[in-house]
Amino acid sequence: MRAYRTFKTAMRALRRNVMRAGLTTLGIVIGVAAVIAMMEIGNGSALAIQHTIATMGAYNLMVFPGNALMGGISTGTGGSMRLSPQDADAILTDCPSVTAAAPVVYARAQAIYNNLNWQPGSLLGTTPAFLEVRDWGDMAQGSSFTDRDVRNCSKVCVIGKTIVKMLFQDEPPVGKEIRLMNVNFKVVGVLKAKGANMMGSDQDDIILAPWTTIKYRVSAVSSTAATTAAATTTSVLPSQVYPPAPASLYSTPSSTQQADTPQPVRFANVNQIVVSARSAGEVQQAIEEITALLRERHHIRPNMPEDFTIRDMTEMVRTMSSTTELMTTLLLIVAAISLVVGGVGIMNIMLVSVTERTREIGLRMAVGAQSGDILHQFLMEAIVLCLIGGAIGIALGRATSVLVRLIKHWPTAVSVGAIIVAVAVSALVGVLFGFYPAWKASRLDPIDALRYE
Amino acid sequence: MELLELREVCKTYHLGELDLQVLKGVSLSVAKGELVALMGASGSGKSTLMNILGCLDRLSSGEYWLDGQEVSDASANERARLRNRLIGFVFQSFNLLARTSALDNVSMPLTYGTEFVSEDEMKARAVEMLRKVGLADRMHHQPSQLSGGQQQRVAIARSLINRPRLLLADEPTGNLDSRTSEEILQMFRDLNEKEGLTVILVTHDPEVARHAKRTIRIRDGLIAGGPEIKREEIQK
Ligand SMILES: Nc1ncnc2c1ncn2[C@@H]1O[C@H](COP(=O)(O)OP(=O)(O)OP(=O)(O)O)[C@@H](O)[C@H]1O
Ligand SMILES: [Mg+2]
Repeated sequence: MRAYRTFKTAMRALRRNVMRAGLTTLGIVIGVAAVIAMMEIGNGSALAIQHTIATMGAYNLMVFPGNALMGGISTGTGGSMRLSPQDADAILTDCPSVTAAAPVVYARAQAIYNNLNWQPGSLLGTTPAFLEVRDWGDMAQGSSFTDRDVRNCSKVCVIGKTIVKMLFQDEPPVGKEIRLMNVNFKVVGVLKAKGANMMGSDQDDIILAPWTTIKYRVSAVSSTAATTAAATTTSVLPSQVYPPAPASLYSTPSSTQQADTPQPVRFANVNQIVVSARSAGEVQQAIEEITALLRERHHIRPNMPEDFTIRDMTEMVRTMSSTTELMTTLLLIVAAISLVVGGVGIMNIMLVSVTERTREIGLRMAVGAQSGDILHQFLMEAIVLCLIGGAIGIALGRATSVLVRLIKHWPTAVSVGAIIVAVAVSALVGVLFGFYPAWKASRLDPIDALRYE
Repeated sequence: MELLELREVCKTYHLGELDLQVLKGVSLSVAKGELVALMGASGSGKSTLMNILGCLDRLSSGEYWLDGQEVSDASANERARLRNRLIGFVFQSFNLLARTSALDNVSMPLTYGTEFVSEDEMKARAVEMLRKVGLADRMHHQPSQLSGGQQQRVAIARSLINRPRLLLADEPTGNLDSRTSEEILQMFRDLNEKEGLTVILVTHDPEVARHAKRTIRIRDGLIAGGPEIKREEIQK
């Protein structure tokens, strides 16, 4: 009850000089507004950077056949052949830190549509999970090919924006057929534009097709290295190298499909498996899980080197997140400084106000205020001022961040934490910087104070 | 019955090396329901004595009995409580809170009372006090919107809000013209006669002192008794 009374007295005192109260708290208003705006903008850029990291495939791992330590010569022993689509399935099901995994087969071929041709930057055979791994989400047009297409060796593909530009110009590409190595592929979807990656190469210069189709219909007749690999593969029976794959993995091909398929052997090596870890923090764990799993699947004895290599983008993630951290820290320091400046402003004006109101203090003491009452009253004034300043500052900061988003199109994100911290800090500033003037006021002698001119 | 009694009260100010003895053994007593004027030349120690009577200041030596209680070595907080409970002050310069309504000015001392008074009761009591001093129609005026006499009446209402036993007024009419002074002094007399309030007025104006039933004269830090003064005057 006494606190409520003190609060009312403080409010009355503040209302007596609204202009001064406003000016006193201006420092806090600006300080808190700066904190809120900077935190929201900082949060927004952090989210944007995280998103960029994700789209650039920063949580991705790439599993290659062959051991990097063994060098180019040693891989000639045939170790480089030992990566299969079944490995990709096993990684997905057996490694908890992995959210997606897709096998990748490389090929090179000219893409032809009508009288236009273009050599795509990458022509990859894979599964729909590839899009998940690369965080390629929705399609710009049409849809992705399906796991069924992979099983059926369907002649379908999805293409990137650059391919659309080069081959189709203004025509809508979905439903059209492009020719790769004399095989006609129906375009079922167009990927969303991704732009260049960190190395500057165009990520939209890409054609994706079921890996089975690329492997058996394109690579098999092309003269690239992949052909040799495929040819070698046919001579190795799956059961000799790996445990038998689950029978349900592929549907039994119909007779027409079998007739369509040049290589009926459904075992193959792939050039790469791309894997997506659950988060940046789980990349290392995913590497360990995959290593253990593949060692077991490939029957590698404990002291033997692995016949595969895993690469990740830890370095890139580290660089980018340290940039974000640095930025947030700098913003916080700036904001903290402005709050301290605001606090000093409050202390300054409170001191002036105590001097100016000396007679009032004397009078209050004469009618029975104890020094504690005076201390509490001035402290309460400072805290109320700071809290009001904080509230206005929060509104102003939010408004600023909304304006920045609308005008400059910078990403922003509401930060509840920043709001809570701002309120707490402004109350703290009130107590900290209000205490000295309040203490000074409470130490006045009533007679001197009453006589003060 | 005595409301207050001073016994051999001394007050010495220490100004660096110099000791300035302002009160040199003052003994006096004031009974309940008295209206006393305190007179003396400028610098004779009237305000100093009032501060001691009002528990604003501590005495250097001697005893001060107030309402049957020895208060000469009460702590600052105890003295604050005594002031709040027993004493009302009226100052020469009114000392009202600027930019605060008469109502809020009058109810202010209730904020510091020991017993809790609800917001509504605070307002009701302030209204009652303002009515008593004849300012029922000026309740929401701020000091700057009131005349000097009206301001002093607000100050009197404020001094009465805690129902004090003792009203101390240091030159309450010093800043007022003679007609307004007359009104204010009449108010003190009414309070004294109708409600039995003990009032001590400081003044150096004999016209003001005329309203009092008893005059205490102070000279060079000592009480000069009424009879002695008369004798001095005769000698002159
Ligand atoms: N705080 C103080 N420190 C030192 N000396 C003081 C202090 N207060 C008062 N005095 C001295 O005490 C003496 C009496 O002062 P006081 O104010 O009591 O006089 P007064 O009788 O009220 O005079 P006036 O009629 O002019 O108001 C003066 O000489 C003054 O200089
Ligand atoms: Mg005086």
